[in-house]
Amino acid sequence: MMRYLRLALVQLRISAAAGMAYRGDFLLEGLMALAWMAMTLLPLFVLYQGRESVAGWDAPSAMIVIGYFMAVRAVLEGVVSPSFVDLVERIRSGAFDYVLLKPVDAQAIVSASRFEPWKIFDLLGALVLVVYAFVKKGHAPEIQHVGLGLVLFVAGVLAMYSLWILCAAASFWVVRLDNLTYLLGAIFDVARWPVHVFRGLWRFVFTFVIPVAVMTTFPAMALLGRLDAQTALGTIGGALGLLLVSRLVWRFAIRNYTSASS
Amino acid sequence: MSAARTLRALPTLLRIGVAETVAYRAEFLVWILTTTLPLVMLGLWTSVASEAPFRGYTSAAFVAYYLSNLIVRNLTGSWVAWQISEEIRLGAMSMRLLRPLHPYVAFAASHLAAIPFRSVVVLPIAIVLLVSSGASALTTEPLQLGLLVPSRALAWIITCNRLFMIGAVAFFGTKTMALMNLYFALFSLLSGYLLPIPLLPRAIGWFAEWLPFRFMLSAPIELMTRPLDGAQVAAIMLGQIGWAAATLALALVVWNRGIKKFEAVGG
Repeated sequence: MMRYLRLALVQLRISAAAGMAYRGDFLLEGLMALAWMAMTLLPLFVLYQGRESVAGWDAPSAMIVIGYFMAVRAVLEGVVSPSFVDLVERIRSGAFDYVLLKPVDAQAIVSASRFEPWKIFDLLGALVLVVYAFVKKGHAPEIQHVGLGLVLFVAGVLAMYSLWILCAAASFWVVRLDNLTYLLGAIFDVARWPVHVFRGLWRFVFTFVIPVAVMTTFPAMALLGRLDAQTALGTIGGALGLLLVSRLVWRFAIRNYTSASS
Repeated sequence: MSAARTLRALPTLLRIGVAETVAYRAEFLVWILTTTLPLVMLGLWTSVASEAPFRGYTSAAFVAYYLSNLIVRNLTGSWVAWQISEEIRLGAMSMRLLRPLHPYVAFAASHLAAIPFRSVVVLPIAIVLLVSSGASALTTEPLQLGLLVPSRALAWIITCNRLFMIGAVAFFGTKTMALMNLYFALFSLLSGYLLPIPLLPRAIGWFAEWLPFRFMLSAPIELMTRPLDGAQVAAIMLGQIGWAAATLALALVVWNRGIKKFEAVGG
């Protein structure tokens, strides 16, 4: 375990060094983070100018969902997508063979092979947004709700990570799939809205088929103290189940890996 | 680089474009599937408007708006900027520059050739639109219907010009990806991709009326879904023609300046 932690730290250090090499990007990335935040909030702003509440969600509560959305997206774009791009490139060029030769689990190397350190801005922005939403609401969240909110945040990140591993496994068969990250990103975009604003089939799909509800809506409800124990357990169980499935699929995919190098 | 020679090369270029599209069909399909944003917004706004119309937009109006949005977006989508920056990075641009043909024509032809494939994808969306509740919100004005195709063609040309210009910026620096992200953010906001322009906050809406983004997406949608008078129709079409010319000029200027900086990495 320690070894994996050390490995992740080394890879983080390398990425941070690479990030520092382009200091000029600092400003650009900061501006981008702000622009995206404005973009994310604008439809919310428009919507709540015309309505007091939508499907039981008032503006500050919906803002908390967006806070979770931004936080999960920061992890997605900060760790998951860069590593994914790296993996696809390695599979295409055959350099993935060397990853398999290393005396650690390939999934561990692949999952944290590259970081975008600047995405920490997005994470901070998300935090500011959630705090602002609670100021608007006029009361602080209770401590046990914060605890559950954090646990479910981890569950949400795990669920997203598992989906990504499934896509990564697919790239063993269909090599040129770099734009799968865009697809993943596009689907994940749904998660900025509380799942309840969607109806019928849409809500079913976003809860069970592509579990974006698990990533943002349920954690936000936990933080608001609205989530019942059953859904909380279901969310955690679902995330762990997805993780297990993705691990099994990954192992199966590795066994079928035909190298491109030799 | 005479016009006659370019014209003679066009059929071949189109044939190559079709072959490319067919070869990368899986990738192509994934690209098309990434345009889910209008569908998400559709789900959101129809459920909001089902209780009561939202600032004049009924549920049917939203269906019509976002399905038209999806159609126009799919028909005008372009990835020229990505292609150019990749070719510059990998050195393949050198090859392209050797050919006796302006790269703009080559790129435009290759994207033009993808249109039939895109139409196949768009067809089911159009059918859904015509049988859904959104059909009642579509226009029946013959003038507006007649202008749909030219308006979409112009939207396609403006999109192509803009992306060609952004791709050419890759000659000057390495941060094209960040620029493209910024561009896409502006596009989503100001073109009506995210929200119908009348729903935008007033200050942003004013900019959206005049900047080229509206003429890349919203213009054909407006022709399809809104009752317009003659002056409004004329304003839309003239705006599109004007921006098509202006963006083409700008794209070529940036390209010509950039090409002098080209260092032929890996070439």
